[in-house]
Amino acid sequence: MSQPIVIEAKALEKRFGEIEAVRGIDLQVRRGEIFGFLGPNGAGKSTTINILCTLLKPTGGSASVAGFDVAHQPTEVRRRLGLVFQDPSLDIQLTARENLEFHAFLYRVPKAERDKRIAEMLEMVQLTDRAESMVMTYSGGMKRRLEIARGMLHTPEVLFLDEPTIGLDTQTRRHIWGYLNELPKRGVTIFMTTHYMEEAEFCDRIAIIDHGKIQAIGTPEELKGMVGGDVVTITTADDEAAAPLVGALAGSMPVASDGTLRVEVSDAAAFVPKLVRELPVEVTSVAFRRPSLDDVFLKLTGRAIRAEEGSEKDLTRMMGRAWGRR
Amino acid sequence: MTDTLRAIYIIWYRDVVRFRRDRARLVASLAQPLLYLLIFGTGLSSALQGAAGGIGGAAPGGLTYTQFIFPGIIGMAVLFSAIFGAMSIVWDREFGFLKEVLVAPIDRSAVAIGKALGGATQAMVQGLVLLLLAPLIGIDLSVGMVVALIPLVFVLAFALSSLGVAIASRMTSMQGFQMVMTFLMMPMFFLSGALFPLQGLPAWMDVLTRLDPAAYGMDPLRRVVLGSALPPEIVSRMGLTIFGNVIPVPVEAAILLGFGGLMLMVAIRNFRVVA
Repeated sequence: MSQPIVIEAKALEKRFGEIEAVRGIDLQVRRGEIFGFLGPNGAGKSTTINILCTLLKPTGGSASVAGFDVAHQPTEVRRRLGLVFQDPSLDIQLTARENLEFHAFLYRVPKAERDKRIAEMLEMVQLTDRAESMVMTYSGGMKRRLEIARGMLHTPEVLFLDEPTIGLDTQTRRHIWGYLNELPKRGVTIFMTTHYMEEAEFCDRIAIIDHGKIQAIGTPEELKGMVGGDVVTITTADDEAAAPLVGALAGSMPVASDGTLRVEVSDAAAFVPKLVRELPVEVTSVAFRRPSLDDVFLKLTGRAIRAEEGSEKDLTRMMGRAWGRR
Repeated sequence: MTDTLRAIYIIWYRDVVRFRRDRARLVASLAQPLLYLLIFGTGLSSALQGAAGGIGGAAPGGLTYTQFIFPGIIGMAVLFSAIFGAMSIVWDREFGFLKEVLVAPIDRSAVAIGKALGGATQAMVQGLVLLLLAPLIGIDLSVGMVVALIPLVFVLAFALSSLGVAIASRMTSMQGFQMVMTFLMMPMFFLSGALFPLQGLPAWMDVLTRLDPAAYGMDPLRRVVLGSALPPEIVSRMGLTIFGNVIPVPVEAAILLGFGGLMLMVAIRNFRVVA
């Protein structure tokens, strides 16, 4: 943890009239970290990210990015950050190269470096062969890759990603994470929001945010440690007879679902051999897993963010957008 | 300062690149003026001649009505394409691209100025292209006339595209576009003197025409385009008057520049406030 602090928020607040969207957020992100903001829609994720990106002014507290105050030195901050928005922000009537050239110009990438940087970034996201195509011919995944390339074009110190892989298929998502995971090695700090659990697992540290406040902050492992146990899934020859016996062994009642019994125990590695040895009913299979971030979120907020709920929402959202356009 | 100039340049340049590529728009934008000149102009000329045995004050000095409205139609092309061009900001907002510009480390004034110049450039090209039709309707073009027209067309285009940027700076969706079209662009066009001279009008209309910035752009175009074909006393009688005095062309240009500057200030202020 010897790296310098790149993003810092102190008692950050944002109020829109009566509504308090952000209610006192404190956080510190160090250079080279991948920091994730996890929370449901309306939790204050986007408001916080917009304040840090200088798009909104805080109504209380302060924040700095790369050593500059976001409220008082917005231009200095903007020069040092890259942004990938949740909604596309490319000019689809220009080619990929033209989009990047436009960006390079706005961010003062010196003329001598411009072409080299553009070539490098296109190479990084594997769009070199499509550089001269109009962006309107691109797929959703290609557009997102181009946006990441653009966000990195002016060698920012911090890359802000708002739901970077929303609405993309698993393969494309993995592809994009391939690039993102390389960036901290170059000293880039990543600050992202997400509601995909598997994506949150890529983060070095995560803040769980709800109702405008940080509910918990830590590494994925630390957060999962808060649930304090393992989840064991058992199938037996006779679940009905087994349930009370499993309950007695585990110290808490199992939940039956989909023909399996699920029970939380403090140490699955010790529990499973004991279960198999002592349960009079025949055990046909046993599996156990560490609690997921979903379980953590459930414990902290009393609500679940499930991946399938997320993808359904994305779909309706994308359809909503498509309709809104026409 | 140089940062702002660079930003203005690239924002302007993007509009030029897109305009150059959009052939369909260029063709469509020529079709409307052609309809006015060929059908509306010819039709009304014939009707007026049939009804009154001559056009009288409407087309002094033996001009046909089509020739009379020709500079007005150039002005119309400029008016529509300047406001349309500048209002592409609303599309940029809807498609998300505006965000890319608004988060860049540049002064927001560059957004308004770059867009106003982009819209003005497109409008200027579309207006000047119509000069190619001049021989068709019996108007002689001279090099001097074209050279005199370029700054006048630019000033009109700049004033109107600045107006477009100012409107677009407050508009969040294309929904309001129909309103702008009906309640702003059409009245501005009809009151500008493009289709009839702004003399001998009822008092209420007289006032409205003098409040229409487009009127100060149409009038100089007409004086230049028709000036060579007509005796000077008729040309001066055609000029836009305030309290009976003909306004000199440089004053008209200054009024347009002032109006454009004011609109730009409104737009810059609006862009500085929005997130």
